[in-house]
Amino acid sequence: MSLTHETIKETLVAQFGDKILSWEESYGMACITVQADHNLKVLTFMNDDPTMGFQFLTDLTGVHYPDRKGEEISVVYHLHNLKENVRLRMKIYVPVEKPDVYTATGLFSGANWMERETYDFYGVNFVGHPDLRRILNVDEMDYFPLRKEFPLEDQTRIDKDDEMFGR
Amino acid sequence: MLEQGNIHLPEGSIEKQTTTLNLGPTHPATHGVFQNILEMDGERIIKAESTVGYIHRAFEKIAERRPLYQITTLTDRLNYCSSPLNNMGWHLTCEKLLGVKTPKRVDYLRVIIMELSRISDHLICNSIVGVDTGAYTGFLYVMQYRELIYEVYEEVCGSRLTTNMGRIGGFERNFSDVAFQKIEKFLAEFPGVWKEFENLFNRNRIFIERTVGTGAISAERALNYGFTGPNLRATGVDYDVRVHSPYSSYEDFDFIIPVGTTGDNNDRFQVRNEEIWQSLSIIRQAYQKVQAFKGTEADVYHADAPAYYLPAKADVYTKMEALIYHFKIVMGETEIPAGEVYQSVEGGNGELGFYLISDGGRTPYRLHFRRPCFIYYQAYSEIVKDTMLSDAIVTLSSLNLIAGEMDA
Repeated sequence: MSLTHETIKETLVAQFGDKILSWEESYGMACITVQADHNLKVLTFMNDDPTMGFQFLTDLTGVHYPDRKGEEISVVYHLHNLKENVRLRMKIYVPVEKPDVYTATGLFSGANWMERETYDFYGVNFVGHPDLRRILNVDEMDYFPLRKEFPLEDQTRIDKDDEMFGR
Repeated sequence: MLEQGNIHLPEGSIEKQTTTLNLGPTHPATHGVFQNILEMDGERIIKAESTVGYIHRAFEKIAERRPLYQITTLTDRLNYCSSPLNNMGWHLTCEKLLGVKTPKRVDYLRVIIMELSRISDHLICNSIVGVDTGAYTGFLYVMQYRELIYEVYEEVCGSRLTTNMGRIGGFERNFSDVAFQKIEKFLAEFPGVWKEFENLFNRNRIFIERTVGTGAISAERALNYGFTGPNLRATGVDYDVRVHSPYSSYEDFDFIIPVGTTGDNNDRFQVRNEEIWQSLSIIRQAYQKVQAFKGTEADVYHADAPAYYLPAKADVYTKMEALIYHFKIVMGETEIPAGEVYQSVEGGNGELGFYLISDGGRTPYRLHFRRPCFIYYQAYSEIVKDTMLSDAIVTLSSLNLIAGEMDA
């Protein structure tokens, strides 16, 4: 029996109804958007349900969309059903003022550092995470550098004059 | 010795107190910049706390300003033991987003390069495991043959370590005759040497006793931790991106996925050894397929994607379209289509993934690297718990941690 995108969609909609906000397919991968406070329920269901079997967390990361009011921060999960070899992308959106997301560390030990990285870059507060500290940046940093309000240095600036590395 | 609270001290401990030992960030035995704060009961590790991020270079942020072709140089610096693999992975991601279809010959040439870099990656890892168990000779001996691989790189793209090899759609130039001669030389000389290397270790009692049963992780835990690549296969799970989601025409090749059983240091060593033999077999097959192209087909080394593939210099001077494309590509003014792609390749350490979000501008909106090292290194403190310090060093090497890939 092979797991098709239709089966996944039907199973999820039957289980969660309107908590599944959208469904799309791009470049061969199915992508679901889930209501933010249901992320852990959906992940647990997909992990435990024998027909779904998404038991491998490939990747977890954040994205910042400053123009989308009320859903500025997105957390993206890439899941993989290794038996059926089906990949699935799951997204949730949370407001930048209160970026609270339930942690997936209870399901996947590997989510620990990935969530720490997402916290480090985007300030996503993973509720229930055992050790939510910065991981790549210094502990003293007081901002979240991958958010879009921190632009990279303009390469054409002329006010910077350095004897050795001047531009 | 530091006086510690004895709460972690196991029953029947010989020592009366634990010691805090700082392994790293720059320690010759860790082969990379990362720190472990170990709590020791004599020689036994009670608790390990890993710290990473010492060479974090914010590649994901920098990539948000660069046009696609300039990001290739960033991918070089992830796993610098197998840069071409990262380069090809990135080009494949771009091609997926842009809808560029590469010709078969390009795919096969890429397979040759990717498997060569897999060999160089595994060769370093396995010989370093040897060094950490006290056998320096094997390391120095096989290093000469990594040199042959680097000469192939040099002939193909001009550089050795951080290769920046290839372009979106193919290679910057066709492989020269010298490149093929060098590949032939490698294929002729390396197997005998690798056989010698294997014999040196597989029949060595010290090596066997140092590696069998140390640093083991179960398949269940490994999957839960998101292990991929040789480290996962050593536990007995036959997951290989080349087979599960074939890219670059890997479906045209015959090879087996070697798996281990216990997931200990020796299994990881053996899996990498066997993968080197499989890689050699893949290179031979690809080499034959490349040689089968005759006439004009043998001159194909890139896809027909004028908007992304830099035109030949002679055309730039004589043809208007070529001049326009040249200008647009070099200035990074080509708009890329909007979309989201995830493309992964089987890197030296596991599934190297690129998650690219484009909003239609000239640069990616967001680029995330799935770095296998970063994900499996978090299991280290669990693996080394209750083992000896000297075994933890071997475990660190056999997991093949590359600091550049971990910190991105």
